Amino acid sequence: MEQDVTLKITDRDGVLHEVKAPTDMAMNLMEVVRSYELAPEGTIGVCGGMAMCASCQCYVKSDHELPEIGMDEDMMLAEAFHVQENSRLGCQIQITPEMNGLEVELAPES
Amino acid sequence: MITTHILIIGAGPTGLFTVFEAGLLKLRCHLIDALPQPGGQCSEIYPKKPIYDIPAYPEILAGDLTDKLMEQIKQFEPGFTLGERADTIEKQEDGSFVVTTNKGTQHKAPIVAIAGGLGSFEPRKPPIPNIASFEDKGVEYMIREPELYRDKDVVIAGGGDSALDWSIFLTDVAKSVTLVHRRNEFRGALDSVDRVQELKNEGKINLITPAEVKGIVGKNHVEGVIISKKDEEDYTLKTDHFIPLFGLAPKLGPIANWGLEIEKNAIKVNNALDYQTNIPGIYAIGDVNTYPGKLKLILCGFHEATLMCQSAFQRIFPDKKYVMKYTTVGGVDGFDGTRKEAPKAVVKKIE
Repeated sequence: MEQDVTLKITDRDGVLHEVKAPTDMAMNLMEVVRSYELAPEGTIGVCGGMAMCASCQCYVKSDHELPEIGMDEDMMLAEAFHVQENSRLGCQIQITPEMNGLEVELAPES
Repeated sequence: MITTHILIIGAGPTGLFTVFEAGLLKLRCHLIDALPQPGGQCSEIYPKKPIYDIPAYPEILAGDLTDKLMEQIKQFEPGFTLGERADTIEKQEDGSFVVTTNKGTQHKAPIVAIAGGLGSFEPRKPPIPNIASFEDKGVEYMIREPELYRDKDVVIAGGGDSALDWSIFLTDVAKSVTLVHRRNEFRGALDSVDRVQELKNEGKINLITPAEVKGIVGKNHVEGVIISKKDEEDYTLKTDHFIPLFGLAPKLGPIANWGLEIEKNAIKVNNALDYQTNIPGIYAIGDVNTYPGKLKLILCGFHEATLMCQSAFQRIFPDKKYVMKYTTVGGVDGFDGTRKEAPKAVVKKIE
């Protein structure tokens, strides 16, 4: 499908997956990871995407312009573990055409 | 020993609604939950957030859903063991089960319904390499007994309500209170943030931000923590206790060792029939179970609970005849002696 973008996602075991994600299904990055089962159910998206658990934390490796960090996401990242400068919550990153080629790595489970 | 017909593990929406469906069949229920209040995730994670897919409620707050369910099941007098985690299960000779909590409370029932959601909520532990060896030796993830900190030096880490509230509380108990947070901003209730500011100004709370506890030092007990502050060299702060308060996260926990078939962090059940697990008499309903096509939705949990209760009834009373009755027809007879019923039709002659 034309609307698909390609994402490069490194899972928690360090394995790189190149996956296609639709831009017309209102999906976020956490949901893409779940739909491809790149992390076991129950270890990602625990709160369902409310920026309230940080189980979908990831490190952004490419220099794509992403939506700004919202208040909820910022406060959650302030209490999450393994946080780095390039940490984001996958559930707060909606998949848009601009994200084609985005590279991310899933943060360790905690 | 607490005895009941259906022992429900988990007091979230699915577990609570089970009490209603069981009550219609005159079966009594008792619920165990690791959290101190009923409601599960709805109360713990998102009480103020709206849900839009509860049938007949165009919008309802998760906390209100819990309150409504509690109201709906009230007349069936459910028992609760709250703040305790179901740890072990033992099958008895008579076919019933005894479930024991981490605090030793024992429950006996012919039917166990696991409605455990994503698992029991456990404190999130910071990834400090040697932290496990100091647990209960100066590291506590939750405050059970404030007197433990009387005249002690205490370091609290975290930026939410519990970190703020306990810091405030312990200023009256401990010798010193230090609060460490990675940001200058806190997300707790505004009152608490203001109070911590006051106590800091008065010199009663030592606030270290933005900073992190990176390590723990001590021989057999915590003697200090290593504080890492941006653009400064790490240093050791002397303390008797380190209390990381980073909220709770659900873990499947001991249920995973009950001999149940687990797939994708969930319990496999027979969805063609009654949501029973591979162990007869043990059912799994709501978010904790899995089957082909499973959706983790509250409304699906309600459905699963309803079918499960019918099967439970047949297991407990194999020879009793029963047909399902609409509540509109049969009314609702509570164990507390109350009765709800549809008003009788009024018949009046026209002269």
